[in-house]
Amino acid sequence: MERNILISVLVILLLLLAGDYNMAQQRFPKPEFESGYEQPDPATPEPRSVELEFFDVIVLLAVLALGAWLALRKRSRKGILWLSVFSLVYFGFYRNGCICSIGAIQNVALSIFDPTYAISFTALAFFLIPLIFALFFGRIFCGTACPLGVIQDLVVIRPVSLPSWVRKTLGFIPVIYLGLAVLFAATGTDFIICRYDPFIGIFRMDGKFLMIFLGITFLLLGMFFARPYCRVFCPYGLILGWMSRFSRWHLTITPSECIQCKLCKDSCPFDAIEIPVEKEYRTPEVSRKHLRRFVLYLALIPVLTLLGGWIGTRSHIFLSRAHPDVALAELMITRPELKADIDNLDIQTFLQSGKSFDQLVEEASVIRGRFRRGGMALGGFIGLALGVFLLNQVVFRTREDYEPHKGDCFSCGRCMEFCPVDKS
Amino acid sequence: MKKKEKDYSRREFIHRGARITLGLTVAGTGVLALARSGPGKETVWQIDPFKCTQCGRCADECVMSPSAVKCIHAYDLCGYCDLCSGYFLPGAKLETGAENQLCPTSAIRRQFIEEPYFEYVIDEELCIGCGKCVKGCAAFGNGSLHLQIRHDRCLNCNQCAIATVCPSDAISRVPADTPYLIKGDFISMEEG
Repeated sequence: MERNILISVLVILLLLLAGDYNMAQQRFPKPEFESGYEQPDPATPEPRSVELEFFDVIVLLAVLALGAWLALRKRSRKGILWLSVFSLVYFGFYRNGCICSIGAIQNVALSIFDPTYAISFTALAFFLIPLIFALFFGRIFCGTACPLGVIQDLVVIRPVSLPSWVRKTLGFIPVIYLGLAVLFAATGTDFIICRYDPFIGIFRMDGKFLMIFLGITFLLLGMFFARPYCRVFCPYGLILGWMSRFSRWHLTITPSECIQCKLCKDSCPFDAIEIPVEKEYRTPEVSRKHLRRFVLYLALIPVLTLLGGWIGTRSHIFLSRAHPDVALAELMITRPELKADIDNLDIQTFLQSGKSFDQLVEEASVIRGRFRRGGMALGGFIGLALGVFLLNQVVFRTREDYEPHKGDCFSCGRCMEFCPVDKS
Repeated sequence: MKKKEKDYSRREFIHRGARITLGLTVAGTGVLALARSGPGKETVWQIDPFKCTQCGRCADECVMSPSAVKCIHAYDLCGYCDLCSGYFLPGAKLETGAENQLCPTSAIRRQFIEEPYFEYVIDEELCIGCGKCVKGCAAFGNGSLHLQIRHDRCLNCNQCAIATVCPSDAISRVPADTPYLIKGDFISMEEG
């Protein structure tokens, strides 16, 4: 008895729901045609097939393997150049610069912090493979596979050499860029690496004014300051540099014995070749001075990390404004009169969405909480990196020959070509 | 000589340790990314037509020009009306002149089928994805016109430029094997 009532109530409810649904959408019934009219299908062209996405990974692997062989074994600058042109054409102009390893940092960050986001196999592979190659062979990716790097490499005409302190200071910018990119990706705010990718507009031969403008500016600048994006901004290059510093093998300038001719020093447009350290330099006095500073900077690391964390926490409100939900909630609190502004699309859409204002504020404060923790981590990371960077300046390394700086060298192979020493 | 050898081996030891640590960190990051998100799946961007509010940003914000977003006609839903509120400007004469049309680029072709039905076809070369017709169709018609990201044009950017500014959060990543969210035939859905 009760069961029957329950079922009939459910059926009525279902009918009501279905009727309502139908009324809302189908105001006019679908006609029954008598003239034999055949209804066309909406056109739905397929996306690029998954197999082709996997093929990109295979191409990347092949380019890196060939690049490593050309740089370390074959020692052919010409080979590296042609391979890099192929990468520029394939990953740049054919694949339109997406997906790229630099941007994949953000996919990895988002997938770690947002459980609803599943990282694609391609993005993960593009993130991991060049790093693993760098651990074994150095920054082969920068020299041969990265379309952003190659396009800048090809326009190097008259590179100027900057003072070491300027280069090192500028080289700290990627730390901040990487930290911000991970923070914004992890909080689901934006992919800033992709948004401010300077060359993607050129690869697509289309894009917003800012993109094209940035691209042309970087290329013009790159004629004199070689590879400006790689050396001053690229966050992936920073990670690759960490890996490459400790790489198992690395490109060498000379095939056998260095004759100290200094030719290679002028061949490198990136100031990535280190000169020998003179033995007389290392007097006990100098050693003591270095040791003192080493201990000082070592003690400074935790201080800088904590200070950075504190500053990061303090700036989380400012940072969180980049998130559209936070920005919307704040705008509606500070300027409630905008609710009447019919031209403000975001507010109007929100008001029509049926979501309550309290719900929005609640969501925004959750996001702001994430920024609080993220800001602390970001500040701590920057402080730590600064500490290690300072410490690194006083670590004494002896060198007898001209050697590529393993962290900075892009493995482009120019120096090998300039080296007059024969293979024997 | 002996000192130098010792020095060298110490440096080599530190380097090897750092290399192994970095390698493990990279591998760990990869494993963590996979563990937190399930098996890696290829995705594409798509508009949920039920969330879309036709704000018009799709026409301007896409990195492509014209936009990769275009209007799609779900014919199953269409009432084949003579007075189509997605085709005609409100209060316009029922003539196909451009001054009567809602579409700024005249991308909708109106064709007589049989009394009193008319078919409306989108000319994809002309459509800019502004969503004006979608708004008209949703307001007074069946809502058979709706916006979709066309995957022959979409570059599948890592982060969709429209998604970041979409006021109704209608654009999200969908599995690449079901790349479209086309409005279905509600009558047949009910019967089925």
